[in-house]
Amino acid sequence: MKPARKQRLILISLMVIGVAIATGFALKSFNENLMYFFSTTDVVAGKAPKDSLFRLGGMVIKGSVERPGDGMMVRFKLTDFSKEVTVEYTGILPDLFREGQGIVAHGKLNAQGVFIAEEVLAKHDENYMPPEVKASLKTKSLSEKGQ
Amino acid sequence: MFLVPDIVVRFFHRMASPPHYYALTQRLMPWLVTVFVLLTLAGLYGGLYLAPADYQQGDSYRIIYIHVPAAWMSLFIYMVMAIAGAIGLIWRIKLAEVVAISSAPIGASFTFIALFTGSLWGKPMWGTWWVWDARLTSELILLFLYLGVIGLYGAIDDKKIASKAVAILALVGVVNIPIIHYSVEWWNTLHQGPTVTKMDKPSIHVSMLIPLLLMALSFKSYYLIALMQRSRIELLKRERNSQWVKTMILEADK
Repeated sequence: MKPARKQRLILISLMVIGVAIATGFALKSFNENLMYFFSTTDVVAGKAPKDSLFRLGGMVIKGSVERPGDGMMVRFKLTDFSKEVTVEYTGILPDLFREGQGIVAHGKLNAQGVFIAEEVLAKHDENYMPPEVKASLKTKSLSEKGQ
Repeated sequence: MFLVPDIVVRFFHRMASPPHYYALTQRLMPWLVTVFVLLTLAGLYGGLYLAPADYQQGDSYRIIYIHVPAAWMSLFIYMVMAIAGAIGLIWRIKLAEVVAISSAPIGASFTFIALFTGSLWGKPMWGTWWVWDARLTSELILLFLYLGVIGLYGAIDDKKIASKAVAILALVGVVNIPIIHYSVEWWNTLHQGPTVTKMDKPSIHVSMLIPLLLMALSFKSYYLIALMQRSRIELLKRERNSQWVKTMILEADK
């Protein structure tokens, strides 16, 4: 390789590596801000903001969805499989809102530690399968549990 | 590291010569178009007709047959553009510069398609058109990088200097590519994690996966077709004063 080319190759590699390191540091320092939502463990540990709006993500616990009034109010519990947070929401839920599915809610905590959501978004998981396969998976896991 | 066999070097030198590239792409074109049409028909038939509905999303999930390949291509084309730009900078190969700049509008289109189809799907599924989570935002930055490359190239009259400027911009932007790919793993995002490229087995049923891979190949072949067409025109523009272009046009006139 000719010296001039080698020099350019080294210069360009240094530039790319430099930019990568700079971006790495920037992302590391903004790590908290880049999180789209807080987990339920963060909220229970008091890491989430007390008085301002924030997003809370987690899985809707099976059997926890209830409608206490006759209005549009829904109450359910979110979990990240370690801590739970109760959420109250008044409004229309997205199509994918189901028990056992992940959601992201936007709102704030009230004095009792209940999360009052203004908006609920469904977080889709990365699994795709036909309904028959899902049904057979379910029966399989049920029969395994029964043993 | 730089001990490349002589035959490989000669192959690249031949490939990089504009008249040879121009003639070769002309011969390849009908084959590529055939492959593209067959793959697209097979992929769409498999994806829209043969593949079953999803257990959660019903038929809405079928947008992945456009969305996912377009998003893959948006990253892939960026890497091609940046690497071609680097080759142009280091070895001063004209064809590499042409490939880099010809890739930009195609990549920008795929990025736009990925963002647009994702938004269409997001409204019924998530309940929102757009959120500022890490995946969506970094993909939007990718679109701006592509547009920046196109704009910068157009703004500089001397195309040799323009190619260098564009290559440096593209190389700086490379840092965004791993960010887009890993955004769903590094941070909490509304966008779901990877399905197909997970290291363990893909969490998509095989009857849905095959059409998806066919569509990915179809988009790849479309990129090749579009790249060749664009680069041929760009080559002719740049080489308009050279002997091989003059000879070719004179021969066509006869």
